[in-house]
Amino acid sequence: MMDFGFSISPSSTMNLDKVDLTLYDRLCSIEPDARKCMACGSCSATCTAGPWTGMSVRKVLLDIQRGKDKEAAAMLKGCMLCGKCTMVCPRGINTRHLILSLCRIYGEDAK
Amino acid sequence: MIDRFASGFDPFVIPFLIGMAFVLVYCIIGAIRLILQLDAEDKKRFFISLITPKTIWKNLKDLFLNCLIHVKLWKRNRMLGFMHSSIAFGWFMLILLGHIECFIYMPHRVKLFYYPIFFNYFVAENETTIGGSVIFFLMDFFLLLVLTGIVLAIIKRVRSRIFGMRRTTKPSLLDRVGLYSLWLIFPLRLIAESFTAHISGGSFLTIPMNMMFKAFLGDQMNMLPTWWAYSICLCIFMCVLPFTRYMHIPAEMLLIPFRNAGLTIKHARRGFAKAQVYSCPNCGVCIDACPMSVKKANIKDTTVYLNRNIRRGNEKRIEEISDKCLLCGKCTAVCQVGVDGPQMRIAQRSIRNYGLEQDYSGIDITPFKEAVAAEASPDRVLYFAGCMTALTPAISRAMESVFRKAGVDYAFMDKDGGLCCGRPILMAGRFGQARQIIRKNKEIIKASGASTLVLSCPICYKVFREHYKLEGIRVVHHTEYMLELVKAGRLSPDAGSDVLVYHDPCELGRGSGIYEQPRELLRHTGELVEAEQNRDMSICCGGSLGSLTLGFDKREDLTRNALRNLKAGNPETIVTACPLCKTTFAMYSDIPVEDIAETVNKHLK
Repeated sequence: MMDFGFSISPSSTMNLDKVDLTLYDRLCSIEPDARKCMACGSCSATCTAGPWTGMSVRKVLLDIQRGKDKEAAAMLKGCMLCGKCTMVCPRGINTRHLILSLCRIYGEDAK
Repeated sequence: MIDRFASGFDPFVIPFLIGMAFVLVYCIIGAIRLILQLDAEDKKRFFISLITPKTIWKNLKDLFLNCLIHVKLWKRNRMLGFMHSSIAFGWFMLILLGHIECFIYMPHRVKLFYYPIFFNYFVAENETTIGGSVIFFLMDFFLLLVLTGIVLAIIKRVRSRIFGMRRTTKPSLLDRVGLYSLWLIFPLRLIAESFTAHISGGSFLTIPMNMMFKAFLGDQMNMLPTWWAYSICLCIFMCVLPFTRYMHIPAEMLLIPFRNAGLTIKHARRGFAKAQVYSCPNCGVCIDACPMSVKKANIKDTTVYLNRNIRRGNEKRIEEISDKCLLCGKCTAVCQVGVDGPQMRIAQRSIRNYGLEQDYSGIDITPFKEAVAAEASPDRVLYFAGCMTALTPAISRAMESVFRKAGVDYAFMDKDGGLCCGRPILMAGRFGQARQIIRKNKEIIKASGASTLVLSCPICYKVFREHYKLEGIRVVHHTEYMLELVKAGRLSPDAGSDVLVYHDPCELGRGSGIYEQPRELLRHTGELVEAEQNRDMSICCGGSLGSLTLGFDKREDLTRNALRNLKAGNPETIVTACPLCKTTFAMYSDIPVEDIAETVNKHLK
């Protein structure tokens, strides 16, 4: 086949009935407020670490709701726990605790 | 004085000896274990402190003032102070005078361990003893002192409010056994000594009691049973002591030298931390002090319950209690033995396992360095606003304006965003990650060539001061810095007529010991009134980053309570020196809330 220097990108379709939501369910059992998130992005807008590490609480939650645990983990690693996201959250979610809880339960699969 | 018994022994001393042997062996083994649990560096520090004259003197002074006289309790509440010092000092004097008595009259019996304790049973007065001598008087006097203490202790059980305590802890079953046996020891001693007072001699208390007993209890047979009861009570108290709150008595004797040696908590459950746990007398003073306890649901999350659960090994509760705390440090400020509540909690948080560890090695700090880079100069000032100030830009704007008006050569380190200072992640117990951030920030600061680092956030200030070790660079909070400028004549705020109240932020006041500078600065700009509870007793605004689990929806009562406290003097404006306190107060306050930088800036031309 002739190489035109580009290819069709792999499908990014997601079957929400089939994704593995273990992590999200586990998170909701520890921090039920995770369900309150309306993805407004205030947290990401104020984030101290965001511009330098790619951290975004909004994206982390969205990724986890779609079973994309690895992508979420990469972002969580950049969090500095400064707590600004908690202060600006219009839904009153304790995002700082949400992040810490997530960091903890990531290890649980390994056990 | 002569011996009543040639053997100098009676079986009733056996219970006392058993109790004493048990408690001594237990405490000595415990103390050795705690010392062994310290790491090599701390051990060295501790042993050096034990042979340094300065710390020896300090140890002796602290032991006398805190364990016997209970000075801190006197300062808190006179009744509480009198109760404790009468029992502790009175008992100590009884033991000391008992030994002196024995030395004077029965030197050949001193080697008998129990003899000075039961002196009055074993001796008989003869013509060589001056009847009612000074020492007898003193023995009776101190016994009376202890007895008044016991009466007060009983009243305190029923009505703790008289002693300035609204809420207190519920004693456990063993605590009660210890408590009741402690209450019984001294009345029994009085009765026992009264029964033998006509033989051994006595003073104003025991002799009349003896005469009274004779009038309606002529029987000499009562003498021995009361001495037995006295000895058994001592035995019970000493046998349960290690398992009750009374363990604080021996534990504090170890905690004071530990603290004076300059040790810090290195391990959550061992060494210094363990000494603190055992030194907690479970008095519950921290319950009333805790800003969270305005809500009944939080009462069981105070430091006293943390210590209790660590002793009981209840991991689930330890986690809940240590995560909920705001780390304001007020429990430590009121604590009589100096248990460091915040540090204890951070230590508990630090031993938790996380599956995902933060890593900041990917952050490139070159642009940050370039933005502030300049030639090193003694006049250059670096201003770091911090994350919280980023949410309250009025503060950084005011600070910049102050700098300009004073003609300061300054650089704004995180004008377009920067890294966090590391304190929040430190408070979450993730020390390794905090160190990474600290290293990066340190590099940026070094590149700035500044000789002074000004912080407008007390949270940042504390970590910069304690963990950054910035050699050659002075770390100052903006309250200190602006006061310096005013004193040097570079700023001259015009005096206004506003009535201001200053709120001491936890991390600046209790955390860093800065109380006077902000007040002095505010006196230049308006009339200053004080809050009901201020300085080291100031109430946390409720916005603290210390708590990991307490959501902002659960903090409203805390903030309202702190506001009520601030408005005691009818101020027109609340001034604070922390962006977080400002944000939190502004949510619920009906009067304006300002940062001190804004107040000062308003009064500058």
